[in-house]
Amino acid sequence: MSSVLYDAPGPKAKVRNWIYTAVFAVLVGLALWWILDRMAEKNQLDADKWLPFVTDSQIWTTFLLPGLVETLKAGLIAMVIALPLGALLGIGRLSDHAWVRVPVSTVVEFFRAIPVLMLMIFSSALYVLLGTVSSDLRPLYAVVTGLVLYNASVIAEIVRAGILSLPRGQTDAAKAIGMRKGQMMVYVLVPQAVTAMLPALVSQLVVILKDTALGGAVLGFADLMSMNRQISANYSNTIATMVVIALIYIAVNFALTGLASFLERRLRQSKKGTGAVVEGDVAEVDAGGAAGVGKAP
Amino acid sequence: MFDFLTSGQYDVLGAFWVTVQLTLYSAAGSLIWGLMLAGMRVSPVPLMRSFGTAYVNIVRNTPLTLLILGCSLGLDQTLGITLAGGDSKEIGFRLAILGLVAYTGTFVCEALRSGINTVPVGQAEAARALGLSFFQVLTLIVLPQAFRAVIAPLTNVLIALTKNTTVAATIGVAEAALLMKEMLENEADALFAVFGVFALGFVLLTLPTGLLLGQVAKRVAVKR
Repeated sequence: MSSVLYDAPGPKAKVRNWIYTAVFAVLVGLALWWILDRMAEKNQLDADKWLPFVTDSQIWTTFLLPGLVETLKAGLIAMVIALPLGALLGIGRLSDHAWVRVPVSTVVEFFRAIPVLMLMIFSSALYVLLGTVSSDLRPLYAVVTGLVLYNASVIAEIVRAGILSLPRGQTDAAKAIGMRKGQMMVYVLVPQAVTAMLPALVSQLVVILKDTALGGAVLGFADLMSMNRQISANYSNTIATMVVIALIYIAVNFALTGLASFLERRLRQSKKGTGAVVEGDVAEVDAGGAAGVGKAP
Repeated sequence: MFDFLTSGQYDVLGAFWVTVQLTLYSAAGSLIWGLMLAGMRVSPVPLMRSFGTAYVNIVRNTPLTLLILGCSLGLDQTLGITLAGGDSKEIGFRLAILGLVAYTGTFVCEALRSGINTVPVGQAEAARALGLSFFQVLTLIVLPQAFRAVIAPLTNVLIALTKNTTVAATIGVAEAALLMKEMLENEADALFAVFGVFALGFVLLTLPTGLLLGQVAKRVAVKR
């Protein structure tokens, strides 16, 4: 065992561990029992609250699946727009020219400091004022705009960290063979940075998908989140609905997280490339707004 | 243009004060809960480890909106668990904190755990060779070094938490985002001014936190 904190257990430690296990199991059991008892008291455990999710296919075809589609749609559109925008901003922050670097940095820091919910509410109000977006599309537009503004700046930080994570020798070599700054970026740094960033970008998708739920709760966006109101209005099973919706989110995000860490492992092991990896977790600090990327000062 | 600020109709400072309070209470709660989770995840007891891992993975992949809404609709309105008395305002405030703590605790836990991993194994081996117990190794050798390593990531978590408090607007807690929504609806002609005020508010809340704690992190970092 190579843990910092404890050795491989001896006979005494094994007994102690068993005692801890038993005590902990009892505590968790008690907490669970209390919750289930409480739920039973309020009839939340009755079969008719939970069975519809198995027996009634309509609950899936009318509510859950269309909601999931809207969620994924908003997430993917936001990602597709935010990605190139973020890449441009990230490269802009690394520019040699102060007149590019300073404004770009300001924009990035500004949108990173503002909660994504506020960006969504603002863009919704803006679209109302402009009157160019039909009212049934407005929630989707507002959600996507909010997500793009926020995530483009987060992605900019990921891109910057990705480029900075490359070994210095790459820049030196490019300069040595006479490349200009632009060529160096396009042919040497960015292609390598993209692979290094892949895990972080996939993790960012998780953040985006979680954030779409804000649109469902606040702006009337017909996503997976907003379905809890509709389903529990029809079947009066608030808790069961919430649990099922949570499970769907968890399943989708778990798959994405798994993909991110798979990519990370692959990149670290691969003999090709520089072995530089921007970890998925660095940007994945939050839902209503992530925090900065690890290494970037 | 900024007459909505002086009209006395909106309590902007009051709304931001609620945001600050949400942040502080949730930060304290998340630190405690995150510490407990981290303790479980590194403990020698397999059951605790798997509980910690399962909790972190499940909660981290759930939208915060769903957690806070679940606290309000599920715990409060369906099960009738009200978290002490008070009027609906206070109950909503506490439920939002509960949701924020449940969610942010997982990020605190992961930050602490990565901090523990930065401590070289040799340190603990040396400590054990001196005859220190698990608890002594943890509190005297490992945690002091781990804490200094994780100030920067914890700052990021704190900043994210500050922004995440706006999600409390979904259950009607009268904080900054909710007031902004109301103001944008009433003062449509001053759209950018209203947004600017609230954006500035958040920049003022998060920027000094980041700068200050960034300095602290640099100062106390363990040089290896």
